[in-house]
Formats: sequence, structure tokens, C-alpha cells
Amino acid sequence: MALRDIAIVGTAQRPSEVNSTFTSVEILLPVIQQLLDKVGIERSDIGFWCHGSCDYMSGQPFSFVAAVDAIGAWPPIIESHVEADGAFALYEAWVKIQTGEVDVALVFSNGKSTSGPIDQILSLQTDPYMVAPLKPGFDALAALQARACLEAGVVTERQMAEVAARSRRDAHNNTIAFTKGNESVDDLLAMPYTLNPLRAHDCATPVDGCNAVVLAAGDVARRLAERPAWIRGIDHRIDTQRLGARSMIESSSAAIAAQKAGVAKDRIDVAELHAPYTHQELLLRNAMGLSESTHINPSGGALVANPAMAAGLARFAEAAESIFAGAADRVLAHCTSGPMLQQNLVCVMEGE
Amino acid sequence: MVGDVFVAPLEVAYPYKRTVGTLLSRFFTSLSECRLEGTRGSDGRVYFPPAEFDPVTGAQLTEWVSLSDTGTVSTWAWQSTPVEGQPLSHPFAWALITIDGADVPMLHAVDAGSLENIAIGTKVKVRWAQDRPGGVTDIACFDVVGGVS
Repeated sequence: MALRDIAIVGTAQRPSEVNSTFTSVEILLPVIQQLLDKVGIERSDIGFWCHGSCDYMSGQPFSFVAAVDAIGAWPPIIESHVEADGAFALYEAWVKIQTGEVDVALVFSNGKSTSGPIDQILSLQTDPYMVAPLKPGFDALAALQARACLEAGVVTERQMAEVAARSRRDAHNNTIAFTKGNESVDDLLAMPYTLNPLRAHDCATPVDGCNAVVLAAGDVARRLAERPAWIRGIDHRIDTQRLGARSMIESSSAAIAAQKAGVAKDRIDVAELHAPYTHQELLLRNAMGLSESTHINPSGGALVANPAMAAGLARFAEAAESIFAGAADRVLAHCTSGPMLQQNLVCVMEGE
Repeated sequence: MVGDVFVAPLEVAYPYKRTVGTLLSRFFTSLSECRLEGTRGSDGRVYFPPAEFDPVTGAQLTEWVSLSDTGTVSTWAWQSTPVEGQPLSHPFAWALITIDGADVPMLHAVDAGSLENIAIGTKVKVRWAQDRPGGVTDIACFDVVGGVS
């Protein structure tokens, strides 16, 4: 069966904030309305809705169901939810459109990372018997990976600071970004360690945020967007959940996903990598074989704004916008999930 | 009027017991008896904590291997401000530790005193918890072999 041509035709994101007092419905409703207005469609034009969020963050089972109020469920709609980043909801929507049942899907995600200790909450994803009872935070697990990379000479502290300095500088051009800065690499290297070998700027900034994108197939996509961002390859791979059994100095799952998504077939102009830690960006670049000519994270990336469960879909939105604007012809969007780059989703998009 | 307010206690709990299965039952029992046991993987590598299924091939693993209570640090990070519920309440090292006789490292805490006392290759030894109900926290933490200088 031949695959259908599917593209992102519109995106909307809410500027990042901390300690938001709004509910998920209150933050999603205006973003979804803004997206529908931008693309020029009505709710009734959407054949499938797919949502990414995490109940652990609100501490309430099935709290994601409340978010349906932001999209409206009457007359009846077809919708689904993933307990994961919105990027995985996008993958589900892509599959749904591939079935031929629908032509247009709206994917949305939200995360209020600052309403609880997100570093500890995310650790509840780890092995419930061998790891979670020790209560290691995600930062601590990433720090173990960073130490292994530093000792093996796969990365240096200077390279890690360069990633942070570039991301904080690029954040000035992005209205969604939260952390911005103009520090030099030496300034950052002079900062104290927070969880040695990591410094504060090596770790992503937890924020509250949400976003949404519209996917459409074939001629519908061409009608809805001047220059759709066509999905040419998408693939998701997972490393073992057993932390000690993985290589600490390379990302096998990211390498396989990139190969299956066809990253190496041609030049990548812009890569939006979901790297919550500086050394992880370096690991991902190695794993995917990205060259110096690829512009990495012009948005500032997850380091400067990491709404948990929405930061991956944000990478898709940013990458697609660079196609819409004509700034890039072939782009890569990536999402990670789990400790130490456990899961990796890679997508290649092109303009026509 | 306080007396008119209906107050009911809310206790979040899972009021049931569950079995952890054959592998974890044996593993947790061995820990409560201060013994370390791992399993041998399809490729001959020994896992500690034991793996029930081979992480690469998915094959069920049934060969148990007795291990000593010492090991070697393969990577570490310094938790300068511990969070409640972590193995130690004063600054400590997280580490991946390969138990002698095993090949695949495990996560635990090392009570190193100061980060000058730990490095990749540092030898460590299990410190057993006083209370051992059966679980990974039956190992309170690891001590640096030879003591903390």
C-alpha cells in the first residue's frame, strides 16, 4: 500500500510561563482557536483529534479528559489521547490519516511542569522495583550519562557550555522561549555545578505551556497551506528500560530512528532536537549524523523552554514553521521521552 | 459555623497486595537475607539486579549466579542537595555500580562523604539496611572500600 502524502499545515504555541494558575482547558482553548483561525478551518473540518499530556503532573487519574472541553465534543468527535508528549500524538494522527478514514487531524499537547517537582515526577517512569524506590531525579540520571560521556571523551564541558550559550542567545528570537541570555561560554563554565557534572544551564527550564498543529493529506494540505511541511519519514525507537544495560555514550535508538526516517538521504537545513540536557544534544547530533551545515535548534530548543509533554510537539511546530517561511527546505523534528534518551521519535519534513 | 461543615478523611491508598512474580520474589528474599544474586543473560553477561528477560533477545533467563557484596563505580554524579526519600539525607553520589561477578551495572547511592572520594573505578561495598522488608532499599547504600579519606 502506498503511503499518503501528509503535511503539517499550521501551528500555534502559547508563550511559556511559570507557576501558571490556569487550568489545562484555559491554556489550550485560545491556542486551538488561534490555530483554527490561522489555517482557516472550522472545528467540524477536523476528522480526528489527538492529545498528549501526563496525568501524573496534575496528580489525578484521567485528568486529561477535562481537556476535551477545549476542543468541544458536541456534535460527537473522534479523539484520542496519549500519556506522552504531543509528538507521539502526532505520530498516532499520522497513522490515522494513513488509514484513509480522515484527511485532517488536529494534534495538541499541554504540560504544567511547574506545578510540582517535575524532576521527581518524571522519575516515576523508571523501573518501579529497581530504580523508582531510590527516588533519583531525572537530572541525576542525566548527570550519570553526562559523566560517562565526559570521561569517554565523547563530549567536553566546553562543548556542553557552547550548546547552552547558543540556545540562550537564539531564545531572544523566539517569543515562546523562557530562559534567555547572552553569556559567553567562559561565563557559563565559571558557574557552579548543581548536580556535578551538570550546571544549571545544562538542564532544561521547566515551564508551563501548550501547543497545537494541524495535519492534512494531499490536496487538502495544498489548499490549507501555501507551503505545507510534508512528512517524508517518521520513526520511533526505544532503548532498554534497564539503565545499566544501555550504552551511556551513544544513543542507539536515535540512530536507528534517524536511519529509518531517511535523515541521511539529503542535506538537513534545520534540526529541532528535543534535548533536555546539553550533552544529550551532542549525543543526538552524533547518533543522527548531522553535519556542521545543519542549523540546530534555531528556536533555542527545550533547554530554554521545556513544557513537559509539549516540548517535543513544539519541535515539530518550530521545524514546520521554518518550511512555511521558506527559511528551510528539508528539516528534522525530534522528540525524546524517558530517562537518558530512552525513547526517540525522528521525523523528516520537506517543502515542495 | 464550623460545626455544620461535614469533614471526611481522605486517605489515598491501594488497599490490596500483589505478588511480584517468581524472579523478584527470589531476588527480594535474597536481599532480605543479605545475599546478592543475579541472572545470566543470553550472551553470558550477568545482570544485577537480575533480569527476568534478556533486554536484547527477550529470552526468559533462568540461570542464577551468586555474587559478592562489592563492586566498581562505572559512572557517578554528585547529589549536593538530597531530596526527601532518597537513600541518604546528606550529600552523596549516585552511581552505576558493577557488582563483582556481574557485567551490567545497577543504580544506587554511594556514601562517599565528599566528591573527592569517588571516581570511575572506585571500589565500593554494600551497606545493608537495618530493616530489610525485601526490596532494592534493603541495600541502604554503598560505602567506599577502605573507608572515606
